[in-house]
Amino acid sequence: MGGRDATMVLLDENGIRCDGRKVDEPRRIMIRAGGLKNADGSAYIEFGDNKILVGVFGPRDVHPKHMSDTDTGILRVRYHMEPFSVGERKNPAPSRREIEISKVIKEALEPAVMLDKFPRTAVDVFIEVLQADGGTRCAALTAASVALADAGIPMRDMVAAIAAGKVADTVILDVNNEEDQAGQADMPIGYMPSLKKITLLQLDGVLTPEEYKKCVDVGVKGCELVYELQKKALHDKYFGKGDE
Amino acid sequence: MDNKRKYVIPGDVVTTGPFRPEQNVILEGDKIISTTIGISEIYDDSVKVIPLTGKYIPKINDLVIGKVISHTSLSWELDINSCYVGFLPAQDVFGRDFSAHADELASKLKSGDLVAARIANFDRTRDPLVTISDRDLGKIDSGDLVKISPSKVPRLIGKRGSMIQMIEMATNAAVTIGQNGWVVVSCETPEGLLKAKKAIEMINEKAHVANLTDQVKEMLEIKDDES
Repeated sequence: MGGRDATMVLLDENGIRCDGRKVDEPRRIMIRAGGLKNADGSAYIEFGDNKILVGVFGPRDVHPKHMSDTDTGILRVRYHMEPFSVGERKNPAPSRREIEISKVIKEALEPAVMLDKFPRTAVDVFIEVLQADGGTRCAALTAASVALADAGIPMRDMVAAIAAGKVADTVILDVNNEEDQAGQADMPIGYMPSLKKITLLQLDGVLTPEEYKKCVDVGVKGCELVYELQKKALHDKYFGKGDE
Repeated sequence: MDNKRKYVIPGDVVTTGPFRPEQNVILEGDKIISTTIGISEIYDDSVKVIPLTGKYIPKINDLVIGKVISHTSLSWELDINSCYVGFLPAQDVFGRDFSAHADELASKLKSGDLVAARIANFDRTRDPLVTISDRDLGKIDSGDLVKISPSKVPRLIGKRGSMIQMIEMATNAAVTIGQNGWVVVSCETPEGLLKAKKAIEMINEKAHVANLTDQVKEMLEIKDDES
């Protein structure tokens, strides 16, 4: 996809990556809570060149009825990429990859949300990827957690997410599209910063045990940076800028 | 008291120590963690968070405003702005000698009607049971419906009803507040109605502002001079 350069240098001798970042530097991240009037909660995130919009509905009636659970509320997540989100038109029908990511994000949010308070209801999370540039699942998870908080769904903690990875035998933070395609490993991490618990951890690639540990450490530190921005987004919406 | 108030979001540690967790907080080890966006309040022995967002969760004895969605031959279903529908049995309206053959439910309440109701019973297993057989309850014939966020209802009422009394005094309007965030305003003069609605909407938007009572008062008075 795109005009990927076969001879591109992923990491130069000064430790600068293909897009000019240092090894432990995330891309520019902007999160905004709210914005969609008709959804109960919403969030918009720009994570480098990723642009993702999330809407949350609920708790509300479950349709179809047989999906409802008398003991607890259920969480449903739809991750969807717009046809124009990637270089070549993507078929809007849910692909195998999107179904997997929906499931992965749902399972990463489940430890945080407390739906046992709302039996027989559902909380729906709709994630629309407007523009993709590697690491959409982390950006989507980050935004989904802000949108859930905006909707007033009780949560034990926010979930912040970022990817760690390996390119040119070096552990890096926040893998972009080029590094994902040509790099050696990609490890998305979802993390609850206050509870210090990991809710999502995937790994595509080969790492030694030492590199693996380093990746987790780097990723968790990155998540803490993302968490600060999530906090800021919610504070800006609910408590005004510079209030208090 | 005021110096202990804090703006919190989910996951924020409100305080640590031997406190009793109340609304919207959980105990995790010795930390008390907020589960929602809101304002935390620490009392002598307990901690709670007043939410700024979220849906209405029915509580027994709450006064709510409901809209009739539909009826069967035995009961009505009310939209109470919650994740559950309110269940209003026909006996409640027709009395004990209600007969499904003889009495027509649509003759008393049609779909779209507004009713003031009280939550009679609610638990995890069933939809909330509501009643309208009490003083001040029943069908609402006149007035305008204003929808605000249910989490801002306490702000609209104010301390011991101070905010709502002020609005009623200044505009001569009668305001019925449902705990579910639906408010019915009725007033004899259209100016009073408009002003009362505007004041309610203002509270809905600026619920987190500290000296809101003064601001609303100011707004109500300024309008007086103009008209």
